[in-house]
Parts: sequence; structure tokens; C-alpha cells
Amino acid sequence: MRKAMEDDPKVLIMGEDVGKLGGVFRVTDGLQKDFGEDRVIDTPLAESGIIGTAIGLALRGYRPVCEIQFDGFVFPAADQIITQLAKMPMRSLGAIKLPVVVRIPCGGGIGAVEHHSESPEAYFTHTSGLRVVACSNPADAYSMIQQAIRCDDPVVFFEPKRRYWEKGDIDTSSAGWWTPFDAARVVRPGSDATLLAYGPMVKTCLEAAAAAEDDGRSLEVVDLRSLNPLDEAVIMESARRTGRVVVVHEAPVYNGFGAELAARVTEQCFYHLEAPVLRVGGFSTPYPPSKLEEHYLPDLDRVLDAVDRAFGF
Amino acid sequence: MTLDASRGAHDEAPPELVQLLTPEGERIEHPDYDVDLTPEEVRSLYRDLVLVRRIDLEAVALQRQGELGIWASLLGQEAAQIGSGRALTDSDMAFPTYREHGVAWCRDVDPVKLLGLFRGVNHGGWDPKEHNFHLYTIVIGSQTLHAVGYAMGIQRDDANAATIVYFGDGATSQGDVNESFIWASVFNAPIVFFCQNNQWAISEPLEKQTRIPLYRRASGFGFPGIRVDGNDVFACLAVTRKALEAARTGQGPTLVEAFTYRMGAHTTTDDPTRYRVAGELEAWKLKDPIERVKAYLFKNELADQEFFDSVDEEAAQLGADLRRRCLALPDPRPLDIFDHVYREPHALIDQERAQFAAYLEGFEK
Repeated sequence: MRKAMEDDPKVLIMGEDVGKLGGVFRVTDGLQKDFGEDRVIDTPLAESGIIGTAIGLALRGYRPVCEIQFDGFVFPAADQIITQLAKMPMRSLGAIKLPVVVRIPCGGGIGAVEHHSESPEAYFTHTSGLRVVACSNPADAYSMIQQAIRCDDPVVFFEPKRRYWEKGDIDTSSAGWWTPFDAARVVRPGSDATLLAYGPMVKTCLEAAAAAEDDGRSLEVVDLRSLNPLDEAVIMESARRTGRVVVVHEAPVYNGFGAELAARVTEQCFYHLEAPVLRVGGFSTPYPPSKLEEHYLPDLDRVLDAVDRAFGF
Repeated sequence: MTLDASRGAHDEAPPELVQLLTPEGERIEHPDYDVDLTPEEVRSLYRDLVLVRRIDLEAVALQRQGELGIWASLLGQEAAQIGSGRALTDSDMAFPTYREHGVAWCRDVDPVKLLGLFRGVNHGGWDPKEHNFHLYTIVIGSQTLHAVGYAMGIQRDDANAATIVYFGDGATSQGDVNESFIWASVFNAPIVFFCQNNQWAISEPLEKQTRIPLYRRASGFGFPGIRVDGNDVFACLAVTRKALEAARTGQGPTLVEAFTYRMGAHTTTDDPTRYRVAGELEAWKLKDPIERVKAYLFKNELADQEFFDSVDEEAAQLGADLRRRCLALPDPRPLDIFDHVYREPHALIDQERAQFAAYLEGFEK
């Protein structure tokens, strides 16, 4: 974000505690000191207000990057995101653009209390007019946020909060940024089955694939990166080649984003599949208290169990 | 504690109401607010009032004939809209609800574009930047936050401009409106909140929204509130002009409550006879915003019958022209569904557009 703010004086950061505190995850640490209170705006505590005023700033030519403090707190802002941010450009027949980024630390695994560990992506992938992306590693976090901020469409940007503490090499060259942020990526090639994942589950799937290798199975891991739009070419090519697909995400399986993936893969790769597309995810329950979250969240064993089932058909 | 449901905003002691022109057309003075209008300017305001009423009546008629799906009438609120709309400078930005046809008129938005929205041709279709008049917002109160954000942009641009946002009495119950008050106050945003209190939110009376006069809400948020006679175009102009000037000069937001009355239905789907008594309507008819300006012009010999006839003739022509152009509005093409959803290429939209185009072509073979 610092890079984006240096590149474009119209980029603003806004949200609760993003200034002096640097955000509750310290993602915006030091930005207010360097760019001032007019560009790094500590807002009142009201999520609808954050998105609604960001829309107004975007109408005036600014590029606001909003931080929603935790996933479960995006719902007070859902009205502004769904009825206004997503649809206003179409309402104007293209006369206006709304380059607003909504950053949402998402997912569980950090031992938090209720409303701090959810995966609300399906609500937003269901809304036309939004781009929805999820980064899974430090390099993509850097590259994708640059592109999200430069994008003239509204972007909902999911950041897996339990991956915040990971370190990795970052390609700061322009070539690095412009790996299209709506492109999926095969992060581990394989030949026997495909694991489709995004955000926090990419790392889990990579661990599962490494473990499966010991059992003589070659699993391919695809990081979707963008959930809307979807890079179908990469997904379908992998599905056709391996013939088995397991979708992994943290959100509840029922009516979750995996349902869309399963439907699309089945529709387009039916004659190539050796097994139905299987899904691994959260249960049809509210996110549980943290002492239970290890059972709720898909882990290496649950992913491998699904792979076993895929081979059982 | 017993809640007395009958006690509400209507029953408060008579609030201060800024009025510069009585219902009888008498010009009166107010210590804090005034307008110095030339006869030509008064005649121009009269013309605005008559023409926007005609646009409204024509639209209602078109809806009754099945040419519009729905229409939200401004009947009775002409003075609030023309008075505040004419207080704006070109660089000021206005954020409307879906009833601000009079403000749209002041911002030179072609009325047929308003009809297009209600006819179902599109969801808006005018360029907000061209007119400094934002798109109509259907969700109640959402636009108040957009307006505050825009005003924060004006601050950052250090521009000599202000923002005005329109909303109704019902909207004051919405969270977004209250959040917008907080934001505007905390950031000292250059904005005027213009609440047209038309007494009814569809069938819900003002008492269902508040137990104090709405303009007094502002003090709790830390900025001034003022109640103006919303059927008095002079007072609406004077109060709004002063509030906009305060905003432009760094004095922050003002809440203007234009105390008025919605003479018609909420929209053409509504039946106000189910919830309000005829006597109320009759009482407000005596406060008609157009008749009092007409009386003022007559009494002061600032206009003759020829002038009034010419305005009526212009209104008739405007109505006929609007009707003709409304019926001539082309239907959108099927593939227009996919246009303008995104600014940048989007694979899913492209895929669905191509599939639907191929499907449609199948009928042509």
C-alpha cells in the first residue's frame, strides 16, 4: 500500500484504527506518519460509513482503500457494498467509475472470539459488479493489492489473517505486479488429482500434496487467486488432465463458493472426470468457539481423506 | 414509564420556522435570513415551480397510461426543491433521492432521462459529472454517506464548493443517515443536509420516525439545524444559500429541515386515502408553493396576466414534448444487460454475453 500511495496521490487509506495504531494487524503501520491524516483516515466506528464515504471520495476522483477490521464486521457495510458500490457504475451507464478496494482480513485459525474468523466470500462473489480476490502468500499480497488499487472496478480483497505472519520473497519489479490478478496459478504441478483452493487453504493444500507424495499420489494445487472473475482455463485444463477434483475452502460447504466450482467443473469436464467433484470446508454451523476451530477448519487430514474418496470411485 | 403514542413531533410547541413569504403572498422579514431578488428572478422562480409541477403531472399521467412502471411525485414539494436547487452554484454537487425532479431541473438534467429510469429503460443514465447532480438513489438514505465522502473530497481538493444531499423524514431513521451526520461533523465536511420533511414515509407518519422536530437532531451531532417553510421558495433559497456558504467557508455541515407536505401518493403504487385524512390535505392546499408566489407577483404588480399565460403555455408545450419523447424512448437491446457492469474486461461477463448472443441468434435462423 505504501508503494501504491507513493505512486498515486489519489490513493487514500481509511478504516478503524488504521492511523496511529497501524491497524489491528499493523498492516498500515507507519503510513499515517508518512502520508498524513488526510490520506490515512482514522474513521468513526461504523462500517457502512466507511464504505459509503469511500464511494463519495471515489466519485470525487480518489482511490480509497478501506479496511474492514474483521470478516464478521463486513455485514453492517454489506448494504453499501452490494446496493451501491457494486451497481453504481452500471446505473450511470458507465459514466462513473468506483475504484474502491475493500480489504477484509478473513478466515479463522487465530483463536479469536465470535465474528472474527469467518469466510464471507460467497456473499460477494454472488454480487455482480464486484471483483473478489484472495491472496495466499506474501508475494501475491504485494502484487495483487497494487493491481486492486489500480483497478477501476470495485475490488473486495480477502487477506487470510492467519497467514499475516508468513514471510516470503516479494517481486517488486513491474513485471511482478502485472501477473494478472484475475489469473489462477498452478502452485504445485501434479497428475493424479487437482486441489482447488484460495486464500488460507492454499498452504494447507500444499502441505497435503507434499504428504500425498509420500503415499505415491501426485496432487496438483491450483491457487484460484480471483474468485470473480474465475480463471476457468487454468481450472478446467487441470481438471481434464487429472480427472479428479477436490475443492477446499474454510467457508461452510453448503451453498459455498465450492458449489460454484463443482458445478462449473462438472459442466465443462464431465467426460474427463473419474469421480464427482468433492468439497472440503466448514460445516453448516456458525463458526465455532476457538477451542473447536481445529475441528471446523479443513486440515491436511481432511483434505487427504477427500482425495482418498475421490480415488474410491 | 408509559409511552404516550400520541405525543410526537407534531405536538411539540410550534417550532421556529423560517418564512419569507406567507401563504397569502405577503413578503415578511426574518432577522437572520433574507433574499434580495429582482422581479426577473422572482418570475424565474415562479416559472421553475410551474414547469416542474407540469413535468410531475405529466409523469403521473404517463404512469396511469401504463407508459411508466412507477413514478414518485414531487407534488407539493416544488418550493423546497427549486429554492434549494437554485441556491447551488455550478461547482456544488447535489445527491438526490428518487423524488428530486425539481432539483434535477435546476441542474439541467433532461426530464426525459428521469422518465427513462421509471419507464425501465435504464437505472439512471445521466452523467453525474456533467450536471453535478448524482444519480437517483432508491435505497433510503444511502446517498447521504456518498455525499459526505464527496464533501471530504472537496476538502482535500481545497475547492470552493459544497455538497448538498436530499433525503426525507423517513430516511432520518436509517443508520446511514445518522452515520453521515457523524462523519460530516467529525470531519467538518462542507455539506448541507437537506431533509424534505413531507410528513409521511409511505404510510408511516412523522411520529413513527421521531419524537422531536427533525432539525433539532443536528445539535446532538454538533452542527446547526434549521427548520424552514418548505412551501416557501424564497425561504428555502435563503436558508440553503446561507448553509452552502457556511460549508464552503469551512464552517462545516448544516441540517436544513424543509417543513412541507407530499400532496400526492408516495409513488403511483400507493393509496394515501388508506392512511391520511382529507382535512390534512385541504389544510396544506392553502399553503401551495406556487400560488403564494403568484399572489406575491400579482400584488406587487411584478407580473401581468400575459406573463402567467405565457408560463402556462410553456408548461403545456413542455408537457407535450415530454410525452412525445417518453413514448419515443427506444427499448434497450437484450445484450445491453451486460454493458457497464465492469469497467475493465471481465471473463464471466464476456462468456455469458457470448452465450446469450448465440442463443438469440438461434431464433434468427
